[in-house]
Amino acid sequence: MKTLKQDGRIARKFSELKARGEKALITFITAGDPDLAGTKKIISTLEGSGADIIELGIPFSDPMADGPTIQASSERAVKNGVRLRDVLALVKEVREASEIPIVLFGYYNPIFQYGLEKFAKDARKAGADGVLVVDLPAEEADELKAELDKNGISLIFLLTPTSTEERIKLTAGKASGFIYFVSVTGVTGARRNVSAKVSGYVKKVRRHIDIPIGVGFGISTPGQVKEVCGYSDAVIVGSAIVNIIGKNGGSGSLLKEVGGFVAGLKKGTLP
Amino acid sequence: MKKMPDRLGHFGVYGGRYISETLMPAVMELEEAYVKWRHRPEFKDEFNYYLKEYVGRPTPLYLAERLTKKAGGAKIYLKREDLCHTGAHKINNTIGQILLAKRMGKTRVIAETGAGQHGVATATVAAMFGLECEVYMGEDDIRRQSPNVFRMKLLGAKVTPVTSGSKTLKDAMNEALRDWVTNVYNTFYIIGTVAGPHPYPMMVRDFQSIIGTEARRQIKEIAGGLPDHLIACVGGGSNAMGLFHPFLEDPVKMTGVEAGGLGLSTGKHAASINGGSIGVLHGNKTYLLQDRFGQIIDTHSISAGLDYPGVGPEHSYLHDKGRINYTTITDKEALDGFKALTLSEGIIPALESSHAVAYAVKAARAMPKDSTIIVCLSGRGDKDLNTVSKAFNYELE
Repeated sequence: MKTLKQDGRIARKFSELKARGEKALITFITAGDPDLAGTKKIISTLEGSGADIIELGIPFSDPMADGPTIQASSERAVKNGVRLRDVLALVKEVREASEIPIVLFGYYNPIFQYGLEKFAKDARKAGADGVLVVDLPAEEADELKAELDKNGISLIFLLTPTSTEERIKLTAGKASGFIYFVSVTGVTGARRNVSAKVSGYVKKVRRHIDIPIGVGFGISTPGQVKEVCGYSDAVIVGSAIVNIIGKNGGSGSLLKEVGGFVAGLKKGTLP
Repeated sequence: MKKMPDRLGHFGVYGGRYISETLMPAVMELEEAYVKWRHRPEFKDEFNYYLKEYVGRPTPLYLAERLTKKAGGAKIYLKREDLCHTGAHKINNTIGQILLAKRMGKTRVIAETGAGQHGVATATVAAMFGLECEVYMGEDDIRRQSPNVFRMKLLGAKVTPVTSGSKTLKDAMNEALRDWVTNVYNTFYIIGTVAGPHPYPMMVRDFQSIIGTEARRQIKEIAGGLPDHLIACVGGGSNAMGLFHPFLEDPVKMTGVEAGGLGLSTGKHAASINGGSIGVLHGNKTYLLQDRFGQIIDTHSISAGLDYPGVGPEHSYLHDKGRINYTTITDKEALDGFKALTLSEGIIPALESSHAVAYAVKAARAMPKDSTIIVCLSGRGDKDLNTVSKAFNYELE
């Protein structure tokens, strides 16, 4: 089968930003929270407020790597009946009006049940650019990677403060799009400080990997964004945005709140 | 069949390591420590010492004469894991894991628990070795197994209620994994069953194999040969794997009994192999109870220890190979088994083990009188008195 060109929108985005001296702001939200129509509007607001890449969470009943904020969000979306097929349909709708890179973010079981081959094809047809599976380390990723490769979709991997040199090399051989560096040993959720050690970790990863590196987990303020942009190519903010969505639900103030917050974060990525 | 798993923890297509990157180095460190120590005399001697002097092994293999008479067929032998210190087989494994934790320099242990037996067994060894201990337990299970909650607290463990999801064992395991990811440097996660990422299914199986190793020797001494049929209950499947594994190469029939709850057709059960499909949860690929979209569904069993939507990956493998037969027993049948054993033998079994007893009575009836069955009586029933009294409409006070 023909292998499509990797990293179309994601790579283009990073090179555009680089030309302007900017870093990428990657924002995470759960698809279907508060509901699918709401998610579509939020994505448009995120883009309009300066988000460069969207991470779209696939709801799952057992989000083991997530803290309370994203757990609750995933639970709301599961209760709303939002499943992977609905997430793909949402991506397709968004893609009709936008070229923003979209990364599907979730756990392996819903993808495994969908069928790896069908998932990769449908994700391409919908216009998704990358996939990140939290509980799929490099050792178990070959089957999914093969299907995604055929469809030109990046498989994005996590690296963490515990990752050894050996594991960084192993992951480097399989990763595309960008690397998601997890700034803490822990679950998702806002924290007061970003550890000073993270810049050292990122340097270590960069010795082995030449694709962009984003840093996430625990980042929630413009100050933290600015700090992290000092040594990374991208920052990823999730729980802080999901928290606003949780608090506002489907109310009229939601988009304004999210937009204002994200515009503030984006400033931290500018030169 | 005994050689499984492969280098990366696969039993055929099952098992493996489906966990976040943060935990990968931790499970690799654990595997390295286990492989290093498992065959060293120093480790084996210490493990066997505690099994003998602290747990009280070997546990008896007891011919249940009146139960045999009642069933009217094969001789029923009980492997009396209920007589282990703390009242269940779970402590065989927690001793093994805490000896590793100590060698790895970990200062804190965590565990998930459903019925509370594994939680108690973990709190017990943590007290014995002076390690900090935190046990995650679903809010619903805390209510239905309150005696065990009190025991854990007395033993100095912190019991943390889990209020997410279905508030039972699977959610306790999610929360324990979240704790581990956060405290990975100083914490050892003592998983209580033959599930989770490699090396847990292999390691827990090895520690629990003492059950089958003893039973094999005992039945040869008592009955002069191998048994015809082994029977054990299966939630995650640690007591069953412990009994079955040493017999895998023998011409012995084996049956794992899953929790049939209100009946397979009602959807309210916890029979992952009989009523589930292949998926990925809690670090391994195995049979799971899930909807067609891959969302894990709520399970039901009268027994908290079997109330789990997955099963150890080696069980899934041995099921597919046809080596082990997996069947179900409903809540009601388990209560009948509970009553039968209590009244005919003066042994009050755990509700988990009552599933195995109930099936053994059925199976014995269809077998000749000179044949033999070994049932793993995995735990005692003191913890279940509240549940059972409610089911029988007894007033305890």
